[in-house]
This record gives sequence, structure tokens and C-alpha cells, in this order.
Amino acid sequence: MFEVVAFYLFAALTIVMFTITVMTQQALYALTAMAAGMIFISAFFFILGADFLGAIQIIVYTGAVMSLYAFGMMFFDTTRDVVEKRNNPRFVVVLGGLAAVLIVLIVLAPIVTTDLNAHYPIDVSVGNSQAIGMVLFTKYLVPFEVAAVMLLVAMISGIVLAGKKMDKSLTLMADEEIALMHASSHHTPEEGGH
Amino acid sequence: MELTLNHYLVLSTLLFAIGLIGVMRRKNLLMLFFATEILLNAVNVGMAAISHYRGDYTGQMFAFFIIAIAASEVAVGLGLLIVWYKRTGKIDLDQMTSMRG
Repeated sequence: MFEVVAFYLFAALTIVMFTITVMTQQALYALTAMAAGMIFISAFFFILGADFLGAIQIIVYTGAVMSLYAFGMMFFDTTRDVVEKRNNPRFVVVLGGLAAVLIVLIVLAPIVTTDLNAHYPIDVSVGNSQAIGMVLFTKYLVPFEVAAVMLLVAMISGIVLAGKKMDKSLTLMADEEIALMHASSHHTPEEGGH
Repeated sequence: MELTLNHYLVLSTLLFAIGLIGVMRRKNLLMLFFATEILLNAVNVGMAAISHYRGDYTGQMFAFFIIAIAASEVAVGLGLLIVWYKRTGKIDLDQMTSMRG
């Protein structure tokens, strides 16, 4: 009973928050509404017994992704209203709903009649985090390592693109300027580096 | 009254529709990124629900990898966005039509 109440409460809250994110003209409202929506999403994971996933949702989304967006928004002019070109809003709403329903139908159509059996059945004798660890490090070890490499690449690219020297960026300079900078730093080593 | 898989799938569809509406109506690239995050989260809810009701850990595993991909997408995307903003001063999608002849 409490499960049902919690589901409907968090479903309503999540839908309202994400609607604010999509519809508002203020970038800061969108950011805060989405952070709230992400936390409400984690409630569904806890209801579904996926405790580890819920914790990861809070840590990664509201901890890492949202703070990254907040830092990124410091670079942009967020105080002015976001101007959107809107030629036919009702058309967009109808098309969005139709596309979502269509995608669900396409994904579900081949498997809705067949009786699926579990590859890695849920083990009730151990906790969720322990079972997740066992499946992740035995059956999904290679994707896990690939995801780790991908996160490393993303980190390096983030550092290169939005590096520490904000006044001069290697990605914005022409090749001659970079060569000039290197040459000057080599000729006068006592000036550079400190 | 008991919660079924369909409850969660309907919710997932609703959230996905909200995200799609955002992707279609936003012209500001930062807002477009927000909408894609909503799309990914909507899929995660469906994955976790199927994992619970089918008694299988595969759905949760896919949700983990989706979260990892979303995190790296944000890092790279925001870096590119900052470079573009420093170069042009705008992050509107309409100003990016540089290949028009």
C-alpha cells in the first residue's frame, strides 16, 4: 500500500520537475528542477529493490553531473531568458508523445509474447550491492573495463577542452600562435613556468 | 491495488515523451543537454523496473552503463560547449549552421 502511494507521489513529482526543466525560460530554474527530478528518480530505484542503482543515481547525477552543469553554466550568460523559436508547440507535443509510444512498441513487440527466462536471476540470499558486484565483476567485466577507459577519455577531453588556462586555449589558437608560444618559452626559460 | 510492470513502463514512456518534447523545442544547447539527460533517466527507470519484475540483474547492469555513458557525455559535451561559447559568444543551435553554402 505504501509502495503504491510512494510510486504515485514520486511519479507526479518527477513529471512536474521534468516538465519545469523542459518548459522554463530560465536556465537556473531548469538546472535546479532537473536536480530535484534526478533525486526523485532514485526513489523508484529504491522501491524496485535496486538499492545500489539508487545510490549511484544520487551520487553520479546530482553529485557529479549536476555540479558539472553548474560549473559549466558559470561560463554562459544564464541571467537572460532563453529564447526559443516556437512555430507550432502543439505539433511538437503530439510528435514527442507519438514517437515515445512508438519506440516503446517497437522495443516491446518482439518480446511481449515470448516467455523470457533470466540470465542472471536475482539472488535473495545476498544484498543487492553484493549481488551487483558479483554479476558486474564476473559476467560484465569487459564492458566494465571499457566503460572505465571511456570515462578516462572523457576526463582527458574535458581537461583539454575546458583547461585551466582560461585566457588562452590551445583549441582556439592557430598553429602559428602555438608554435610562437612554444618558441618564446624555449628561448626565455627564466620567464616561463612560474 | 498492486504495482505492476506496466505502471513503471507507462511512467517511463511519459518521462521519455517529456524529454523528447524538450529535445524538439529547445534551441539553446545547454537546455538540449538537459533534455537528453531526461531521456536517459526515463530509460533507466524502465530498465530497473524490468530487472525487478523479471527477476534478472541484466536490466540494472544496463542502467549502470547508461549512467557511465551519460557522465562521460556531459564531460565532453560541456567542454565542447565552452569552447564554442568562447569562440562565438552564443550557444544557440541556429547559429551553428556553418555548412550552409
